[in-house]
Amino acid sequence: MGRVENKVAFITGAARGQGRGHALRLAEEGADIIALDMCQQLPSARYTMSTSEDLAETRKAVEALGRRVVALEADVRDEHQLAEAFRAGVAEIGPVDIVIANAGVALFAVDQPHEAWQDTIDINLTGVFNTIETVVPSMIERGAGGAIVMTSSTAGLRGILGPSRGSLAYVASKHGLVGLMRSYANNLAAHSIRVNTVHPTGVETPMIVTPSIDAFLEASPELVDHVTNPMPVGLVSVDDVTNAVLYLVSDDGRYVTGTTLTVDAGFANKN
Amino acid sequence: MTGRVEGKVAFITGAARGQGRAHAVRLAAEGADILAVDICAPIDSVPYPLATEADLKETVRLVEGLGRKIVATQADVRDFSALENAVTAGVEELGRLDIALANAGITGATPAEALPLQDWQDMIDVNLTGVFHAAKAAIPHIRAGGNGGAIVLTSSALGIRAMPNLPHYVAAKAGVIGLMRALALELAADRIRVNTVNPSVADTPMVQNEAMYKLFVPHLENPTREQAAEVFATMNPIPTPWIDAEDVANAVLFLVSDEARYVTGLEFKIDAGFCLA
Repeated sequence: MGRVENKVAFITGAARGQGRGHALRLAEEGADIIALDMCQQLPSARYTMSTSEDLAETRKAVEALGRRVVALEADVRDEHQLAEAFRAGVAEIGPVDIVIANAGVALFAVDQPHEAWQDTIDINLTGVFNTIETVVPSMIERGAGGAIVMTSSTAGLRGILGPSRGSLAYVASKHGLVGLMRSYANNLAAHSIRVNTVHPTGVETPMIVTPSIDAFLEASPELVDHVTNPMPVGLVSVDDVTNAVLYLVSDDGRYVTGTTLTVDAGFANKN
Repeated sequence: MTGRVEGKVAFITGAARGQGRAHAVRLAAEGADILAVDICAPIDSVPYPLATEADLKETVRLVEGLGRKIVATQADVRDFSALENAVTAGVEELGRLDIALANAGITGATPAEALPLQDWQDMIDVNLTGVFHAAKAAIPHIRAGGNGGAIVLTSSALGIRAMPNLPHYVAAKAGVIGLMRALALELAADRIRVNTVNPSVADTPMVQNEAMYKLFVPHLENPTREQAAEVFATMNPIPTPWIDAEDVANAVLFLVSDEARYVTGLEFKIDAGFCLA
């Protein structure tokens, strides 16, 4: 019996990276998956974003685990696209128990464009709001409780990454998620819908392990302390974040709500 | 199937009953051997019965029933030498130490103005100094293993959000968070992780007693468990009067397993939203 047996999880940013990791691990533990991703290159991004092939890869990997999956291309900035994907996903898989609002971008780079601010806020903060607003009415109406996890960051707890527009937007958006989480946790507790954030330090994903981030950090040596963890590890792995998410969304965490769960090798505690 | 803490050894204080016993049983079910300590004796200023030798024996029976080894010792966390000896002897018998759960704790129910100085002292001695003693006794053995490790200090939701009429408890539990933060930094380089669990009201003998009912239900002469439940439920945004010891044990299991290998320095709330409201 899996730890999330026969639950349905709605996951954004599921084509690769943390989102794919969450989809596969939850499927391994018995969940069916509605996987969303934009699968498009954002003009303001200086790294390669996910593709339709990536999302198809997630779909195949979940299928190989013997669970049901619907993979859909949708942009979290567009509530109509989200609503349509949600409708299609639920029609095929069933009502949603778990939401992992994970889609996000990191637009800090040496040559970041002016749009780095607005695009980051639109995807990392408004996109999470849109995602939750899309699913929550059905969870309340169904009356079966549920669990929502938002992917924040150590940058959601500490003012790191320097003065660039993309950095400020990243820190502001990830801090904003904490406020959003706390309000949703209060508002939804009476329905036994739990809401928490995860706060990873740097994770080994295509969003971070990319030449534009390397160049950004090389050009900003004063930020070395912002990317150095007390525990002897540079980047944590996707699995480390997934394990925390799995705990939060499983019944093991049935009374856990309103928490900021750090997976950060001690980073937030040092500052 | 391999357990989530297979082959590890866990030192647990306050293991005779309540949360400590739940941790022992949960970790044993996931493959750990247990080094259990409890005072098994009353403390004068504590207004409800503490655990007994029979309680500790029951923990032993439960762990052994899961096919795991357990070394159980009667010791007071206020007595560092006694704790140190218990840990040293237990590690000798069980072969290693990976996990320490500084869980032993008491509570009280008196406002500051009326609080006897001895009650304050006992609370700080057990709930703060006793936690430090447990960690201090465990650290050299965990470090000697060279495999990293995990320490969980039992704080409380009341270590984060105060309530009136138990100032000694609130102060001690807030102190535990500070201790955790310092230890997390000290031990990070050796991959020894340190976190707190911060439960709200749990369904254990520390809460389910007349003294606690009178604190939380002062308007009734002899409040019952059911009447107390109604009041406790008003403190939690999630509709439940209390959490179970097993809910805390599930959080502890996550924290001490390799699933949380990079989780350190964290206040981990299991509180049905208590701290939000």
